[in-house]
Amino acid sequence: MSRTAVLESTDEAVAGIEDGSTILVGGFGLAGMPFDLIDALIRQGAKDLTIVSNNAGNGNVGLAALLAAGRVRKVLCSFPRQVDSYVFDTLYREGKIELEVVPQGNLAERMRAAGAGIGAFYCPTAVGTPLAEGKEVRTIDGRDYLLEYPIKGDYALISAHRADPIGNLAYRKTARNFGPVMATAATTTIVQVDEVVPLGGLDPEAVVTPSIYVDRIIPVKARHYTVQGAR
Amino acid sequence: MTTDATASTRSASTSEAPMTMDHPLSMDELAAVIARDIPAGAFVNLGIGRPTKIADHLPEELGVVLHTENGMLGMGPKAEGAQIDPDLTNAGKVPVTELPGAAYFHHADSFAMMRGGHLDVCVLGAYQVSEHGDLANWHTGKPDDIPAVGGAMDLAIGAKDVYVMMTLFTKSGAPKLVPQCTYPLTGIGCVSRVYTEVATFDLRPHGVHVLETYGTTLNELRSRLDVELH
Repeated sequence: MSRTAVLESTDEAVAGIEDGSTILVGGFGLAGMPFDLIDALIRQGAKDLTIVSNNAGNGNVGLAALLAAGRVRKVLCSFPRQVDSYVFDTLYREGKIELEVVPQGNLAERMRAAGAGIGAFYCPTAVGTPLAEGKEVRTIDGRDYLLEYPIKGDYALISAHRADPIGNLAYRKTARNFGPVMATAATTTIVQVDEVVPLGGLDPEAVVTPSIYVDRIIPVKARHYTVQGAR
Repeated sequence: MTTDATASTRSASTSEAPMTMDHPLSMDELAAVIARDIPAGAFVNLGIGRPTKIADHLPEELGVVLHTENGMLGMGPKAEGAQIDPDLTNAGKVPVTELPGAAYFHHADSFAMMRGGHLDVCVLGAYQVSEHGDLANWHTGKPDDIPAVGGAMDLAIGAKDVYVMMTLFTKSGAPKLVPQCTYPLTGIGCVSRVYTEVATFDLRPHGVHVLETYGTTLNELRSRLDVELH
């Protein structure tokens, strides 16, 4: 029997997430954001969370709603400030949320490193900038690099297009974004999908995230917020 | 601006005396000037905002492949009407389309393409560029501004050629091509060329060369910039 659970409800999918957890949340803006899992997390009530995601919420939905509910202590992201990031902006200006800005490629690579068992790595991004402060500099073959440490999640909440019953995943277009990397970097990876297909229903050559990285699957019949996603 | 004028201006740009055009360029004309300098078959990333206009001036037969940091090569034009798909956006979160030959990949791969030196050109906006090619384009440094870097630092150090597309002066008339950036840096020594509405500058190891001027003169530029111009 597969260790991956295909669940009946999003509430089951987010059961057990503890206060103080670090949660990797997929999505780039609204594309690939696991809205239904985030809504369930808001109902579940876990608080004092550290959220790792590219953005810090858009409009009033998804991550923005979690922030508005006061559940998030700290956000690690590359691009918090957007035209519709007013929920985060207000919390930040009121000093109610911590922010660590991470260059987007470092955000991805630091999670990749966590998932791949890499202890740290030297990266040329941000050398000579304010985001290099406090980081070790190493010169290799005449070029400067910064020492970057992995970002590991207790949980990853991501969205994919199709899963099979043992947790192999395929994505859709640019909604793939951080999903495959986050799936590897968390202790428990929870995935909302548009559809669960029978075993053998995914072309093995087209599987993007192999089942070994996936713990819980929840099919979501109709995705919400698709119109806002196309703003 | 006619095609002939563009061609003759360009051919002169390698000589020491810059060619002039009689008017400052609109942002659309500037986009066309930058597009002209993108080599056939290049893999190119166009930054959010003004640089996205460059795509309108890249003829299909040039075979330029557009990269978007959120995981795609072969990005097509902006999606309209029924084409709009919330799963398919560009780095500015604007719905776009895919071209035949497009490929999708995850974020770590997308940024490995930048850092690994696989992208030929990226075009970014800027608050300031220094004569040594330092770039400031992510943060004004004002205490009440929320810092947001996105992929700018990765692009700045990754692409083989980093072009900047900006106005040469701020609204209050301060030069944006400067001896030393005062805004927080995005990357050091990374910009190779600066395209503005009044002139195009090549940043070379031994100094800043004016390649072309539009509605101004080399002497006028010299009087308004604190950077030595060749």
